[in-house]
Amino acid sequence: MRKRSRTLQSVENRWGVLMALPAMLGFLLWNLLPMIASLVISFTEWTVVTRPKFVGTANFSRMFTQDPLFWKSLYVTAYYTFLSVPLVIVSAFLVATLLNQQVKGLAVFRTVFYLPSVVPAVANAVLWLWLFNPDFGLLNTMLGKIGIGKLLWIYDEASVLPSLALMSVWGMGNTMIIFLAGLQGVPRQLYEAAEIDGANFFQRWLHITLPMVSSVIFFNLVMGLIGTFQVFSQAYVMTDGGPNNGSLFMVYYLFRNAFQYGRMGYACAIAWTLFVIVLVFTIIVFKTSPAWVYYEGERR
Amino acid sequence: MAVDKEMIYGSEGILHRVSARRVIWRTFIYTVLILGSAVALFPFVWLVRSSFMEMRQIFILPPEWIPKPFVWRNYVEAMTVVPFGLYFQNTIKIVIGVMCGTLLSSSLAAFSFSRLRWRGRDGIFGALLTTMMLPYAVTLVPTFILWSRLNLVNTFVPLTLPAWFGPPFYIFLLRQFFMSIPYELDEAAYVDGASPLYVYWRVILPLAKPPLIVVGIFSFLGVWNDLLGPVIYLTNPNKFTVAVGLAQFRSMYSAQWHLLMAASTVVLLPVIILFFIAQKYFIEGIALTGMKA
Repeated sequence: MRKRSRTLQSVENRWGVLMALPAMLGFLLWNLLPMIASLVISFTEWTVVTRPKFVGTANFSRMFTQDPLFWKSLYVTAYYTFLSVPLVIVSAFLVATLLNQQVKGLAVFRTVFYLPSVVPAVANAVLWLWLFNPDFGLLNTMLGKIGIGKLLWIYDEASVLPSLALMSVWGMGNTMIIFLAGLQGVPRQLYEAAEIDGANFFQRWLHITLPMVSSVIFFNLVMGLIGTFQVFSQAYVMTDGGPNNGSLFMVYYLFRNAFQYGRMGYACAIAWTLFVIVLVFTIIVFKTSPAWVYYEGERR
Repeated sequence: MAVDKEMIYGSEGILHRVSARRVIWRTFIYTVLILGSAVALFPFVWLVRSSFMEMRQIFILPPEWIPKPFVWRNYVEAMTVVPFGLYFQNTIKIVIGVMCGTLLSSSLAAFSFSRLRWRGRDGIFGALLTTMMLPYAVTLVPTFILWSRLNLVNTFVPLTLPAWFGPPFYIFLLRQFFMSIPYELDEAAYVDGASPLYVYWRVILPLAKPPLIVVGIFSFLGVWNDLLGPVIYLTNPNKFTVAVGLAQFRSMYSAQWHLLMAASTVVLLPVIILFFIAQKYFIEGIALTGMKA
């Protein structure tokens, strides 16, 4: 370590705290305190205009035992997550792998594949609403060309979530760029050595690429999970939670409770349940990661 | 280059076989990439095509691809039936507030977390990082109650002020970059009697323009994309952002696809332009977010 004078150390102490002070205050004001408040409110009945009334665990027991819509929203969110996250990760990884094969026009392809993900959420929702239109939309037009009949897409309870998952694949550009950066970081010598040993493309992919970018897959998995548990715009703009509550995402149901029905306590109970679920998922991913994530320079 | 390498492997027979397989492999790669590109681009074509069509032509079966005639008036109409000009102004105001706050507060904190040593630093930084995984829904209701008690609903304060308190994601991003700058630069300045504030402002920030641009772009996109925040805090139509404006437009004119597509194009256009101007920063910035992996 560097030698430092004691005066410099005390100066650093003072300035260090001072410069990080806004961030620390922000942590308290926008994260820690609201989280605690949210937990407290979840044990009350509160419609904002009235005084909060302590009701113990009534919100939670109602949620788990008497509210089929809550279970529906949980199911919708989980189902969408299990569809969207793997689809996005696999397709983004596939495209990134192909782009990493020293293709000509890499910059052009990269731009094209990334472009959909810059589309603002609401514009994206409106655009896809139109693409999904059963009578005049692009998707059914294309299907008609290859002889497949009309699908109802987001207008049918059974197909609304797969349709929204398809839409999320279109916006996989961010994930793809992160994969590409990871792939480009894999040392070329590894591939050359394997090639000399006679490994074919698939073997190289399985034994070099996959382990070397497993940490990136891990990162994208965690971020994907957190993202899909917070879907709001699609439900708000496109489906209004329908049809027949088939796309009643948890955050949208929470939003309805808080800002349309004015049930603040109940909304907070949903919020904390959501938080705990995300937390459990994240912990599971983290705990299992040593088994399948390889970190370079890591000592086991 | 790759061809040279294969030549090394000797006999002509092998060279021939390798390159035949190579041609097939290359053809496969380009086929998939070109088909994928078409899938990525088609929705944009559909968007623009619909935005220039007369309503009548949109509902012709089978659908047509080329607008005939080109109706520029859709754009004028879409911009005037709903006051999008006002929504743009509102959004820009929020963007400015958020961008300034984010740049200043997160660069200060990132400097402190990467180049100053103080007690408790790493623990606090770790705590900040965990909030990146926190679903915003958890804090939504209490934060809303706070702002409504302060009578600040229907102002831009709830949407801009939090940005002045160092959003953790941007602190993380800038810290990554700051750590790559040699400490000798700071040391030289301290030997000359400079304060940490001077080092931050005069030594580090001038070197950090690219990541600061990345942070600026991301915070712009964040505001432009945000729907839930403005939906909750801005109920007065005079305060709407473009995102809320477009969502409302969609519920009012749900079958006027030519206008909806024109409005969507207008909301999309600034982002696309920004992307093509600053493409390098988009790509680098996103690649950087994955680096913590």
